[in-house]
Amino acid sequence: MDLNYTAEQDAFRKEARAWLEANVPREPLPSFDTREGFEAHRAWEKQLNAGGWAMVPWPVEYGGRGANLLEWLIFEEEYYRAGAPGRVNQNGIFLLGPTIMEYGTPEQKARFLPKMASSEEVWAQGWSEPNAGSDMAAIQASAVLDGDHYVINGQKTWASRGAYADWLFGMFRTDPDSERHRGLTFVLVPLDLPGVTVRPIEQLDGEAGFAEVFLNDVRVPVENQLGEVNRGWDVAMATAGFERGLMLRSPARFQNTARKLVALYRETAASGQPIDAGLRDTVARCWVDAEAYTLNTYQTVSHLLAGGKIGSESSLNKIFWSELDLRMHEAALSLLGARAELLPQAPAAEGVGDWLDGYLFALSGPIYAGTNEVQRNIIAERILGLPRK
Amino acid sequence: MNFGFSEDQLLLQQTVHDFLASELPVDEVRKLWNEDTGRSAEFWKRLAEIGIPGLLISEDHGGLGMNEIDGVLLIEETGRAALAEPVVQTSVAAPLITALSSSLADQWLAKIAAGEALAVVQHDVNAFTSDAHVADLLLLSHGDEIHALSADRVSLTAQPANDPSQRLFAIDWTRDDETRVASGKAGRALLAISLDRGALACAAQQLGVADKLIELAVAYACERKQFGVQIGSFQAVKHMLADVKVRLEYARSLVYRAAHSLARDTRGRSVDVSCAKAAASEAAVAAGRIALQVHGAIGYTWEQDLHVWMRRAWSLDLAWGNSAWHRARIADAVIDGALPAENFGYSAP
Ligand SMILES: Cc1cc2nc3c(=O)[nH]c(=O)nc-3n(C[C@H](O)[C@H](O)[C@H](O)COP(=O)(O)OP(=O)(O)OC[C@H]3O[C@@H](n4cnc5c(N)ncnc54)[C@H](O)[C@@H]3O)c2cc1C
Repeated sequence: MDLNYTAEQDAFRKEARAWLEANVPREPLPSFDTREGFEAHRAWEKQLNAGGWAMVPWPVEYGGRGANLLEWLIFEEEYYRAGAPGRVNQNGIFLLGPTIMEYGTPEQKARFLPKMASSEEVWAQGWSEPNAGSDMAAIQASAVLDGDHYVINGQKTWASRGAYADWLFGMFRTDPDSERHRGLTFVLVPLDLPGVTVRPIEQLDGEAGFAEVFLNDVRVPVENQLGEVNRGWDVAMATAGFERGLMLRSPARFQNTARKLVALYRETAASGQPIDAGLRDTVARCWVDAEAYTLNTYQTVSHLLAGGKIGSESSLNKIFWSELDLRMHEAALSLLGARAELLPQAPAAEGVGDWLDGYLFALSGPIYAGTNEVQRNIIAERILGLPRK
Repeated sequence: MNFGFSEDQLLLQQTVHDFLASELPVDEVRKLWNEDTGRSAEFWKRLAEIGIPGLLISEDHGGLGMNEIDGVLLIEETGRAALAEPVVQTSVAAPLITALSSSLADQWLAKIAAGEALAVVQHDVNAFTSDAHVADLLLLSHGDEIHALSADRVSLTAQPANDPSQRLFAIDWTRDDETRVASGKAGRALLAISLDRGALACAAQQLGVADKLIELAVAYACERKQFGVQIGSFQAVKHMLADVKVRLEYARSLVYRAAHSLARDTRGRSVDVSCAKAAASEAAVAAGRIALQVHGAIGYTWEQDLHVWMRRAWSLDLAWGNSAWHRARIADAVIDGALPAENFGYSAP
């Protein structure tokens, strides 16, 4: 065990830091859940890609720099430290990208990955359906083979970034007689095809952050199938692992929030405003938990680099980061007192309105990527070995 | 950067695990409760054969010459086995003797490594000193001074405690120039690192204790039936256990990092140790409470073994600074900047 960075890792950090300092937009971009913000973020992704920083652990030929996962964590730390914009194409680069890397044909890799890295094509994730939420194996949307095309019918919902995205990946029932998770196939669907209707849904913060997608006799070429026919579940489980685990929620984000929370505590204390004694402890705990999450990730990455694998352990991550995120934002709102309800544009918000935004988003953490109750079931049954029924 | 253990380290852990699993059934632990000293000199010698007391002692003095990173996994195993012998005390005392003076080291370390002598450390953070009754050498603090006294120069008052494995004492002693072995800045630094060593060792044991408590609860939940099914199939039971498993796994990373911080004596050492101690203790205490809940009334009996580990979780929480004490130290560091507390990963260039 050696928790010091090597000279190469320090050099990599310096390089990332220098590039980010020179390139990160001075003013925060508008929310990517608006049309204007979405395009601004796409432009930023292009710039990142041009600098070679779009997806550092990907192979160079697909727009990455072939870095290992440790370097990726370092990059993420620098990314958050620099206050760089959120990744509009996170469904693509963090979830579908690694899945294509694992299950895609060489043609699919060449076709999809570079455009994902540049965000020329932004992806939405189409798993949930009105009657298939936690019970994802209840998917009904169907894909029927007709010559060299699938004909897709059904409805997907809660697709993040779906309102403005270019493509959707999802599972469809390809065997009409099948039940549950057998008979599903993973298919990539362009959202500009005839028969596709996207209806944006406003979220708790008032922006159209996710969407319903209606698919009516949509014809998709069969080469858009990822992995084997009727084996989409296996492919999707790999994606879900990336989502719950370290890909989507790298520790830097929580470290950054924890540091801001500590700063907020200090400012509040310095202003002379009385602070509930319990909050000091809460803030310190949040900071410790952000450290714990970071360390656990480094431990996981070391394990992966040594040739190990992770499976159900990503459910531990999912619960930990989502609950930590909520606790940190709740603590911040308590510190803010009356200002906690102010939107960022309120004159008296004085730059703290982001905490409210962050809180509203943090509330979704225990719901998306598989609810925390479902993760607890997974931990109990697959890690602890408790009986299913 | 590599946050993992080597094959050798893991192999040694397995060896200690297997040794304790076969040589120290819980009945043996309970049997010692009724012994006068609560300790088995004979078992301690056998532990010395596999290197436990000599872990942090140099090879010159007959020890294994390892550091805290090697040791943390082994101490975790002693917690899993609910070993009552003074592993924590020894892992504080041995490096302290090494640092204090070469004459003390020459006199004591080889014997300690061989399991033939015991040394304990009294530190202000502990109201009472454990295992003072079986110690040959006592390292006692007074302000920033450390004094070394042989057993015949102290008088002890036993303080019966909740955990029958714990043997606690108030110590009456007289200091003079001759007994003083450190003072001033050096004394303070040695007492500070001793506290960190004690807290780390407790935290490492707590990992093993928590893991064992979860294991016991899972086993019981798979066996006990109510309403015609195993109680472990009820979601309320599953979710309690899943939550405590999450706490344990995140405490684990903090404990392993603290071992690294002690081995390398990093700037953030004391904060890292406090994070480890607070998190591991809380995980173990929570695991005890939840394991008891899963067991129902049977867990509330003296006869059932569950409380062997539950009590261990409580007493380890109170030794070398309880969770509240360590959390306060973290708050001082993180919020007031009283100690260095850098975010992991943000420290480079
Ligand atoms: C902000 C946000 C973004 C999202 N983005 C996407 C996206 O991009 N793509 C996509 O496909 N989906 C997305 N989702 C949907 C998300 O994956 C689902 O909401 C989630 O899987 C839960 O499904 P549900 O909403 O139907 O809730 P339900 O499944 O109806 O669950 C309701 C409640 O019942 C509990 N429950 C259900 N089953 C069990 C069980 N077996 N044991 C215990 N408790 C149970 C749940 O935990 C929950 O508390 C998003 C959701 C949110 C909030």
